Formats: sequence, C-alpha cells, structure tokens
Amino acid sequence: MELFSLFFGAILINNFVLHYFLGICPFLGVSKKIDSAVSMGLAVTFVMTITAVVSWVVNHWILLPYGLDYLQIVAFILVIASLVQLVEMFIRKTSPPLYQAMGIYLPLITTNCAIMGLALLISLKNYDFAEAVVFGVGSGLGFTLAIVLMAAIREQLELADVPRPLQGAGIALLVAGIMALAFLGFSGVLK
Amino acid sequence: MPDRTARQDFLKGLSSENPIFRQMLGMCPTLAVTNAVINGIAMGLATSFVLIFSSLVISSIKRLIPNQVRIASYIVIIASFVTIADRVLAGFFPAISKALGPFVPLIVVNCIILGRAEAFASKNKVGRSVIDAVGMSLGFFLALLLLSSIRELLGSGTLLGHPVLGEWFEPWVIMLLPPGAFITLGLLMAISIQLEKRQKGG
Repeated sequence: MELFSLFFGAILINNFVLHYFLGICPFLGVSKKIDSAVSMGLAVTFVMTITAVVSWVVNHWILLPYGLDYLQIVAFILVIASLVQLVEMFIRKTSPPLYQAMGIYLPLITTNCAIMGLALLISLKNYDFAEAVVFGVGSGLGFTLAIVLMAAIREQLELADVPRPLQGAGIALLVAGIMALAFLGFSGVLK
Repeated sequence: MPDRTARQDFLKGLSSENPIFRQMLGMCPTLAVTNAVINGIAMGLATSFVLIFSSLVISSIKRLIPNQVRIASYIVIIASFVTIADRVLAGFFPAISKALGPFVPLIVVNCIILGRAEAFASKNKVGRSVIDAVGMSLGFFLALLLLSSIRELLGSGTLLGHPVLGEWFEPWVIMLLPPGAFITLGLLMAISIQLEKRQKGG
C-alpha cells in the first residue's frame, strides 16, 4: 500500500517537472510536438528506472560501506553518463526501431537534471531498494505525463494569437505555471 | 583592442547572452530555489564559484585533455568543485544547505557551466575565460536575485526575512509554490524581450 501511494505520489503530486522543477530543459525544449514528447518521456522513464537501480546499488554497496559518501556527486554523474552510453549502444544493437524512436534523445538525457536529481533524492530520502525502483518508475511516468500534456497544449497554441513578447518561452512558462496550479489540486488525494 | 574585448566578454553575460533570459540555461535551480531571497543568493554564489573556478581550470589545462574525452573530463572537474561547494555549505550554513536540498549537488548538471566550458573556456585564454565566467555568473546571480525578490515580496511580504509590506498585506502564497515560479519567470521573460525591442528602436 505504501509503495502504491509512493508510485502515484511520484506521478501526480511530487511530479518531477511541476513540483521539484527537475528536467525543465527538455520539458521546454522538446515539447513542441506530441510524438517527440512521447519518445522523450519514454526514454527518460527507461533511463530513470535503470538509474534508480544502479545508483541505489552503488550508493549502498560501494559508497556507504567504505565511507565514501563525499564522492557521491562525482560517482553518480559518472554512473549516469556511462549508463546512458551503454543503454544507447545496447538499444542500437538489439532494437533498431526503438533506437529510431528515442535514439537522439538519449545523449541529451545525460545532462538532464531529472536523472541526477532522482539519484540524489533516492539517497536523500533513504529509500530501500523496492521504494527506489517504484519511485524511479513513477517519476519517469510523471515526467512523461507532464511533457506530453505540455506538447498537446503547445500544438494548439500554434494556432492561437499570442502577444509578441510572450511568444516562445514566455507563453510556455505561463502554461507550465497553470499546469502546476492544476496539479496542486492532487495534493490532497494521498496523505 | 584588448580592453574592448574584455568589456564585451564581461557585459554579454549580463545582457545580450544572459544565461536565464536569453539562453534559457540552468532553468531548474532558477525556478526551484527562488522562493526566498537568501536561497537565491546562496544558489547564485555557489553556482558562480563553480563556474569561475571550473572555467579557470578547464581553460588552463585545455591542451592536456584529448578531444574525445573532453566532456567527461569537464564533468569530473565541475563535479569536484560542486563537491567543495556542497561540503562548505553543509558545514558552515546547514540551514541554507537544507533549504536548497538536492539543488547544490545538481549544479553539476547545470547546463550553464558545461555550456561555458564547451563554448568558451575550451577555446580561449585563461584571462578571457575567467572574465567570461564572471560576467555569466553575475548575469545568473542578478536574475536569481530579481526573481527571488519578487517571489518573496509577494509571497510572504518580506525581503531577506524582514517584513517590508505592512500588516494590511495578505501574502500571495501561490508565489512561493511552483506555479508562482513559472508564471513570474514567464512574465519577466516577456518584459525583457519587450525592453530589448524598444532599445533597438523597434
């Protein structure tokens, strides 16, 4: 039951984009078309799930037992960078269509602060292994939900008459603000 | 004219290439920590420290780094300075460190720093790289200061914790919450675009 509320909490309430402000760059940069937003979301969910597992293992089996937690930042960023590289090579070999769909987004993910943020939050909140994995999957899906909704709205905005200074980034941020406002409504759903 | 270029290197970070309003880099910490002025200042200083010192180191050892592994090397250098900043904040200012949460370690993935390393420090002399980094840091710092002042003033009626607006003022709690961050930054961005247009005589 606790894992269940952690999962939905990560999607709707503690949404990575709209609550933690992590992953804003792809959220604003890759949200012009629904197709690319879906691919980006899936790629992020995929990498987040693996990152949750690997960073938990690195943290609890290597860094903490040897008292190396001050190396956490360096260790996490290296783990994430090499992980993304491995995932990219693996997908290119095993599933060309999947690579076509999310290939170009994978390198971008290395500098996506949502991934690093996930690793840090898992360590900060002292999640056990199961919680870490559930939190990783939920956060990825939450990111996907936010970026796809954003893309859907922005596709409609193409047709709207936006005042000139607000065009582009300005209106995207205002839309994000209103979305965040709407998502605040979920905060009472789970305790 | 060396003076001229030094001035340009410095000033472009403040206006024409301002990291937040122009390049839209480093948005995550900008939005996340600006709910109080003190957090904005701490974040601005920590980021400036990392940016200036990693630019200094990267531009001084740029010839020693093989081209193929440069990004990985930059990241390790940046991560080392972020670790220093994180430890210092946690040791001397535990309250601020707690308020900023994971955002101090997250400076490591702040695109401003890697962006300046790749676009400027890896191609220019040490002196120019440092001037560029100082300009960019100041641009980032001022943007954070502006955003956090607006949000703290409207969200809790205070500045740096001191009550500024009188008793009559009903705080707009929404400004402290995520939606306030997005909406304030969106409006500031529109204002800055409008101002630039007017300057050009458009």
